[in-house]
Amino acid sequence: MSGESESLQALGWRAWLLSSSPRSRNQARLGRFYIAWLSFRSNHLAMLGLGIVLALIFMAVFAPLIAPYDPNAQVLADRLQYFSAEHWFGTDDFGRDIFSRIVYGSRLTLYIVILVAIIAAPIGLAVGTTAGYLGGWVDKVLMRITDIFLAFPKLVLALALVSALGPGIENAIIAIAITSWPPYARIARAETITIRNSDFISAVRLQGAGRLRIIWSHIVPLCTSSLIVRVTLDMAGIILTAAGLGFLGLGAQPPLPEWGAMISAGRKVLLDQWWVATVPGIAIFIVSLGFNLLGDGLRDVLDPKSGGQS
Amino acid sequence: MTDKPLLTIEDLKVSFPTRKGLVEAVRGISLSLGREKLGIVGESGSGKSLTGRSILRLVPKPGVVTAGRLEFDGVDLQRASEAQMREIRGQRISMVMQDPKFSLNPVMRVGEQIAEAYRTHQKVPQAEARRRALDMLAAVRIRDPERVYRAYPHEVSGGMGQRIMIAMMLIPDPDLLIADEPTSALDVTVQLQVLAILDDLVTQRGMGLVFISHDLNLVASFCDRVVIMYAGRVMEVCDAKNLAAAQHPYTRGLLNCLPSIDGDGRDLPVLKRDPAWMEHGL
Amino acid sequence: MNGAAQASSMIDVRGLDVVFGKGADEVRAVRDVSFRVPEGATFGLVGESGSGKSTVLRALSGLNHDWTGQVVIAGQAQTPKRDKAFYKLVQMVFQDPYGSLHPRHTVDRILMEPLSIHGFGDAERRIEQVLGEVGLGPSFRFRYPHQLSGGQRQRVAVARALILEPRILLLDEPTSALDVSVQAEVLNLLQRLKQERGLTYILVSHDLSVVAHMCDELAVMNNGAVVEELSVERLKSHAPEHPYTRQLMVASLGYDRAAIDRFEDFGVEG
Repeated sequence: MSGESESLQALGWRAWLLSSSPRSRNQARLGRFYIAWLSFRSNHLAMLGLGIVLALIFMAVFAPLIAPYDPNAQVLADRLQYFSAEHWFGTDDFGRDIFSRIVYGSRLTLYIVILVAIIAAPIGLAVGTTAGYLGGWVDKVLMRITDIFLAFPKLVLALALVSALGPGIENAIIAIAITSWPPYARIARAETITIRNSDFISAVRLQGAGRLRIIWSHIVPLCTSSLIVRVTLDMAGIILTAAGLGFLGLGAQPPLPEWGAMISAGRKVLLDQWWVATVPGIAIFIVSLGFNLLGDGLRDVLDPKSGGQS
Repeated sequence: MTDKPLLTIEDLKVSFPTRKGLVEAVRGISLSLGREKLGIVGESGSGKSLTGRSILRLVPKPGVVTAGRLEFDGVDLQRASEAQMREIRGQRISMVMQDPKFSLNPVMRVGEQIAEAYRTHQKVPQAEARRRALDMLAAVRIRDPERVYRAYPHEVSGGMGQRIMIAMMLIPDPDLLIADEPTSALDVTVQLQVLAILDDLVTQRGMGLVFISHDLNLVASFCDRVVIMYAGRVMEVCDAKNLAAAQHPYTRGLLNCLPSIDGDGRDLPVLKRDPAWMEHGL
Repeated sequence: MNGAAQASSMIDVRGLDVVFGKGADEVRAVRDVSFRVPEGATFGLVGESGSGKSTVLRALSGLNHDWTGQVVIAGQAQTPKRDKAFYKLVQMVFQDPYGSLHPRHTVDRILMEPLSIHGFGDAERRIEQVLGEVGLGPSFRFRYPHQLSGGQRQRVAVARALILEPRILLLDEPTSALDVSVQAEVLNLLQRLKQERGLTYILVSHDLSVVAHMCDELAVMNNGAVVEELSVERLKSHAPEHPYTRQLMVASLGYDRAAIDRFEDFGVEG
């Protein structure tokens, strides 16, 4: 009985969300998200990616509850131990529990990824849409600046910035953010140019809308979806760059449990105690894979060419 | 012998699975075609294009096509192997689509594409294929075939592009040509000129033509017989000459709602759709 | 001069020229076009693709700034740049209902936009009223464009143009992308709105029968120039003077194998 009424209620929600004549703004918006979710859900690999990313977030939020040890507690008597019931992933050369360090390290990874995304994506979006819509000399100036940034290899530029600013996780984030916005600006500009001359933009121009309004409320929403996809796909690269900086000693400083720095510390004992470097390596690999799968799935759902139609 | 139809379709159905269940786009239509010009007219969503595509088994996935009978000149098109279908497509049945720009390879000279189309089906030397392609360009009344032969698709106008498409489709000398809105993207005078070329070639070569269009007036004046489709069903089949005297309320509605130069400027009668049309076709 | 006629004309175009590109690539898209539209009339601009008919409309609407000549709308001489008040006077409906509505905005948002640009109050009432006027009920208000048919989209586009209560509507092939039965509905709607609101229309079309149905006066364009300006009565009596107009007329009557051989090529102007 209760099962039946439950399914009926579920059906009611479904019908409400999929309604072709919504009765309020929110119903229309939620309905669109629901349809996007339905098509996302049918992609198993994307769901795996989402699962990995959610697990990363869960791990970061509940790190103190999950980690059995303090990530920085050194027990020199227990150094370089193999996998065991006490130390699931063994210990490093200071006798710190690797599992606990991985769990706490997820906070750093997430911190880096989120900060880079919220710094780089809006800069790229603003530069790209402005250049694309206004055209003329504004476009030329903004795009030449973008080209200058694109002309340097990403990691080399980040290295140069970090060595100028001084090593440390915040400086690493700033360096990565500064090196990752130019591709976003290019994408946003390319999209804006295809949108700029469409009839619906002409229509708002004929309603007397100013440039800022056209860019902000008519062009930006159409660029964001491809940008979200691109940023998600770039997450793996950002994590790897951060790990690379950590590995070179220019990112997070000891004793922070940053995964790249952990690999760097483990490389001295790679031949005899392989797990010390390998476990954080696997963590980086899984999280990068997760973001890539998620990005691929989002592309299928959000790609403006497929329209996200019902 | 001549009475035997070139193409017979019985109870053709095309359906697409969607999130909201199976959508039937074509719901059991039957028609037969001799060596004549048959027009299929309908509004968007009537299933007219899918009907044309079903004949060549070119319905896009995940569409499912079933038919009681789908026979072309003695060949059962439903049971034909993919290899047999390749033989039939192009060589015996050709198709011209609405926009030539999408159907032509943008990085190949148009003449070479026409020659290539010929050589796919006929084992002839290159020089012979080239000569045939030039003849064909002349046949679609292109004034300077040599120049057009060397042109790339982006260098030709819409009307020229559609003539090139027709040349390419007719060079293997097919028995049946399916033309899906072949001139809708063109200006009205160019459209008529292209149709005149098509008309002459079809008559000279004794081909069958399936002409799919939304333009009732054009089809009535161009074709021999007209099939009116609505919501995946055939509403009425009549001789083009007698279209003005058509009986079916849908056909009448379509004819009435057209504005005309001689009209009185009063409100146009609006077509009232009868749900019963969805259930009963011919 | 003819003071009375001058005063009652809503749109007065004199010697309009539009040139695209510079130097060797220069294209004179519109050459010396002049016409006058009285208040409350519908004026047709007919021509084939590339005739410059849509370019004239874009110059009048303010979308295209690169024109020279004299354009007077509602008694005011217009410069290429328009101010906000101009758009309360003149609105436009585009050809392609699939391209003229923002794909990520609901009907509600599309109609809200002009109101908030011009700071109109009581948006709720205006949106509901205009939706009713174009024959769309409240159930359409929160739909996205992809949930609408072509005809419904075009009604939304008409509603968007009307919500600022303009006096002039520029119609750029408003029904050429629609099925004929839907075309009839939209044409009827436009006729009704014109009567109710006393609007002035300029209708651009390639379809002589649509123009004959809707307009009082029309100008036939070819190669950027007006080849003939005539009244609809003259068109209906099948007595246009210019051979190009006559040919368009023959062509619009349907397929006639014999007539086609007599077609001339008006493409290149001497």
